[in-house]
Parts: sequence; structure tokens; C-alpha cells
Amino acid sequence: MMMPPESGPGFLKREAVPVLVFVLLALVPVAATFGAESYLLSLVTRVMIFAIAALSLDLILGYGALVSFGHAAFLGLGGYAVGILSAHGQTDALVQLPLALAVSALFALITGALSLRTKGVYFIMITLAFGQMAFFLAVSLAAYGGDDGMTLPGRSRLFGLDLIKNDRAFYFAVLALLLASYLLCRSIVVSRFGRVIRGARENPQRMAAIGFPLFRYQLAGYVIAGTLCGLAGFLLANQAEFVSPAYMTWQRSGELIVMVVLGGLGTLHGAIIGAAAFLLLEEWLSGFTEHWKMIFGPFLVLVVLFARGGLMGAIRRIGGGGHG
Amino acid sequence: MAEPALELRDLNKAYGALTVTDHVSLALPDGEFHAIIGPNGAGKTTLIHQISGLVPSDSGSVWLGGRDVTGLSLPERVHRGLVRSFQITSILPGFSALENVALAVQAHEGSSFRFFGRAREEARLNAPAMQALEEVGLGNRASVRAGLLSHGEKRQLEIAIALAARPRVLLLDEPLAGTGPEESAVLIALMQRLRGRMTILLIEHDMEAVFALAERVSVLVYGRIIASGPPAAVRDDPEVRTAYLGEEGG
Ligand SMILES: Nc1ncnc2c1ncn2[C@@H]1O[C@H](COP(=O)(O)OP(=O)(O)OP(=O)(O)O)[C@@H](O)[C@H]1O
Ligand SMILES: [Mg+2]
Repeated sequence: MMMPPESGPGFLKREAVPVLVFVLLALVPVAATFGAESYLLSLVTRVMIFAIAALSLDLILGYGALVSFGHAAFLGLGGYAVGILSAHGQTDALVQLPLALAVSALFALITGALSLRTKGVYFIMITLAFGQMAFFLAVSLAAYGGDDGMTLPGRSRLFGLDLIKNDRAFYFAVLALLLASYLLCRSIVVSRFGRVIRGARENPQRMAAIGFPLFRYQLAGYVIAGTLCGLAGFLLANQAEFVSPAYMTWQRSGELIVMVVLGGLGTLHGAIIGAAAFLLLEEWLSGFTEHWKMIFGPFLVLVVLFARGGLMGAIRRIGGGGHG
Repeated sequence: MAEPALELRDLNKAYGALTVTDHVSLALPDGEFHAIIGPNGAGKTTLIHQISGLVPSDSGSVWLGGRDVTGLSLPERVHRGLVRSFQITSILPGFSALENVALAVQAHEGSSFRFFGRAREEARLNAPAMQALEEVGLGNRASVRAGLLSHGEKRQLEIAIALAARPRVLLLDEPLAGTGPEESAVLIALMQRLRGRMTILLIEHDMEAVFALAERVSVLVYGRIIASGPPAAVRDDPEVRTAYLGEEGG
């Protein structure tokens, strides 16, 4: 059931932040022509890829209150699908991408079915444990570089063509996928399905007493989020042309949570802003000192303490509070 | 139909050494308004938990319209028409009053595995939800965030949510808990209107309300039903007077 598109004077005010974000992202390649092009393109491409991963996490963490501490596993699964297939000479995205998504979905289905039987801290611990399992599995893959990871022969091809070999073309491909992911997540959040997920965040017992068997909805949400993060993994492998177990460390899972919280839980565009803020700050601060985490840590604490609702919360307050 | 709408057969439940439900059997004919009274800690809420499927019973069975539902989960029982409210208000505080009820409609109307289209704007869900809100007297509060409603309004909202699930059997756990005199008058009038339209099992401390509403009353003391019958008979039962009503009479 499609609804009429949003329009009218309220639209721009309401959607100012996401529109601005995507306009800026579209303008980056233009700005990049004035210098440091490949550095800037690759940095922002990386930002957008992590934004997809953060978006996918926001779907279950922000809207479903499911604190998954193993989400980076899906980055690795998507990445290794590319790496392993490439190592066997299969470099076409038409094979690699569906496989990356299918493996991620399957892993999410199995681990989600077990994890979602627990609640609270136990859910955090069990997702962390599954994430670590995936990490050690990658470490043990001696044929595919083990600890050191593996370098890819090049980016994925499409119909046998080098369509995303060019950094600029790859940039726009990632931007388009980020936009599609964002719109998909927005649709899910306000749909019937999304309303069940949001209701479960507010009061699971009430939802059960209304007649919703929450497990199957949360599991579906978990699979959607994992699959979407698998897409980010596929892209990350292409961006770095390298995959390693470092994709799926528990620290990486933690960073994804930080991105979502930093941007503002349950806002979607907040996840994009959080991913950008995290990676750009990391890049900038690490230029000053190798002890950049000493600055970054307290900064995060301040944001969480004083900007409730993350950066999006701060933007809303400065903007005089538009929508919620 | 001769089958009772709701039947409990020898339900038991213990928490460690504490027996909370002690061989409870009860049959409610279709359309009966039945009240359970009993002192604090008698096990009334636990019994509702067992009937609704929130808490498993140690032994015994629950039958709905002649079918054994003991093995079914809480949501599954709701789909069979066994719907409950909570003693401690349980709503979705961040959702509007209308959305609280619309979600209940959604649970019983088609699939919720729909990822496109704005649920909030679906007339198919909102129209019946609005009807339920009007029925409980919250028609003019539909767009208010449920968390901002007054306590009495929240209790009304809970009943609207339950009604939207189209119950055959409605379990109400102290709907008057914590309400002031005016708020309880509204809720009692509401229950009066529901009388006869569905089978109702009401747990309530307010004796006046119970004796005004119920066709039959059961008295639960230490997890055991010590008396069951028409309100007047129960009121005059000597065992009940010593075990329970006597406390109030002084
Ligand atoms: N989960 C639990 N674990 C252990 N004991 C429990 C649990 N739930 C209830 N009890 C105990 O079981 C007894 C019955 O509790 P219950 O809430 O069913 O009583 P009630 O009749 O509803 O009381 P009230 O009138 O205060 O609502 C109490 O002694 C209570 O402390
Ligand atoms: Mg109780």
C-alpha cells in the first residue's frame, strides 16, 4: 500500500538534515577535483560504507533496543565472500554480492535465532561471542591469509566489466547504495513491521499481550540488519581491495555502536552522521598524535552525557526542535 | 454452546516452597461476568498470568471454548480470543493513544510482515482503533502520547487495547487499581457496558464494584478458591467472612 509522497512546505524543514547530508555527499567528488582527489574520495567512500553498516545497526539497536555487540561479523562475512571468491577467480559482483548477502543472512538467521532467546546483558554477551567466533574462524583460514588477511586482485567486476575500478565511479555506486539503504530503512521503520519492532522496544510484554509473537519479528529484523551490513562488508572489501580478520574484531563492533549512539539512536540519518563524525574525527585526530584515542574517548563521553540523542539531538535543539 | 467459555482444571503453581495457586478449578459459562476477590498476595495476579499464558502452570490445564490452550503461548492465546489487562499499567508510552490501539488491531488484521507503506496512516487499522477508543471514552484523546495520559485514562486505554483484540474472554486484573473515585466511576460504567457482550473474569479489591458488576464471585485465599457463587451468597458465607471479609468488617 503506497502512500502519497510527502510534500508541502513542511517537507524541507522536516527533511533538512538528510537532504543536506546527501547533497554534501554528492558534491564531494566535485570538491575533490580541486586537490587530494584520491585521498578525499577514498576517505568519504569509507565513511559511506560504514554509514551503511551503522544504518543497519540502528535498525535493530535504535528502533528495536537490541544491543548487538557482534555486528562487525557481517562486515567480515561480506568482505570474505568477495575475498574468497576472488581467490578462486570469481570476480563478478553478480556472483559475489548475492553470495555475500546470502551468507550474512544465513549467519544472522542462525545466530539471531539463538541470541534472541536471551535478553539484556545476555543478548549482548551472546552476540559478542558469535562475533568472536566469526573472527577466529577468519583467523584460522590459513588458505586465505589467516591472521594477515588477503589482498584482492582488484575490485569486483560487473558483467565482466571494470565498472567500479575508477574511484569516482565507485564513489557514486556506494553513494547510490547508501541512499537506497537509507530509504529502505526509513520505509521499514514506519511500516507495519517497523511498528512492531518499535513497540517491542517500548514494552515487550504489552506487545505479547496484544498478540505479537515478538521473537519472529525481532529475528526478521536481525536478519535484515545483518544482510544490509553484509552489503557494507562487500563494499568495504572493494574499497580496501583487502580483507582481514580485523574487519570483525569486537572493537569494530563497538565502534559501530559508538557511531549509532554518537549520531543519535533511532534516527537513521543520525547513523550516517555518526559514522562520518567518527571516521573523520579519527582521521583528523590521528594526524595530530598517535594517542588520539585519549582525546576521542573523553569527547565521546561528553557527547553521550551532554548531547542526549547524540549529534542529531544537538542539531534538533539548535534548530529549535522541529520533528522527532 | 454448552462448553464453558473459560475453564480452569486443577491449576497449580508454586514459587519454591510457596504455593501460590492451589488446585484451582473454575468454569465460566459464555457471557458470564465473574469476579475473583481475595486478600493481598492471595495469588490472583499469578492466576491471571497462568490463564493468559504469561507464566507456565506446574500442573493443570486451561480450556477455552472446549479447547485445551495450556500448551499455547501468550500471543497464541490472544489470537484464540483470550485477552488480558495488567494490574500495573502496561501501555506503549511513546506511541499515541490511537497507535496503541491500532497496533492491537494490526495484530489481528492481516500480516505484520509488511515493510512498505506507513502503518500509521492505514485507515483499515485506524478506524477500528478509533471505535475502540470512543467506546472507552477516549475518542478526544486519540492523538495524545499515551505516556502523557492521566492514570485513569491509561486504565481506559488498556481496556481499549484489549477490546481491539476482539476478546471472547477478557481477563481484567484490578482495572481500578490506583484510580480516584471519579476515574473508577468511569471504568465501572465501562465494565457495565461490556457485561454480557463477552465473558469477563475480573479481579478487584473494590467490593462495591464487584458486587455491582459480577454475576458470580469466587474468593481466593492462599491460592485456593474457598467459595464461589452469587455475590449475596458469597458475602454471607461464614468461611469467607472470617478469612477475608471479616478483616474489613473489623
Ligand atoms: N515471580 C515470583 N517469584 C516468587 N514469588 C512470587 C512471584 N510472583 C508472585 N510471587 C508471590 O506469590 C504470591 C501471590 O502473588 P500475586 O501477585 O499473585 O498476589 P495477588 O493476589 O495478585 O496480590 P495483590 O492483591 O497484591 O495484587 C505473593 O506472596 C508473591 O510474593
Ligand atoms: Mg495482583
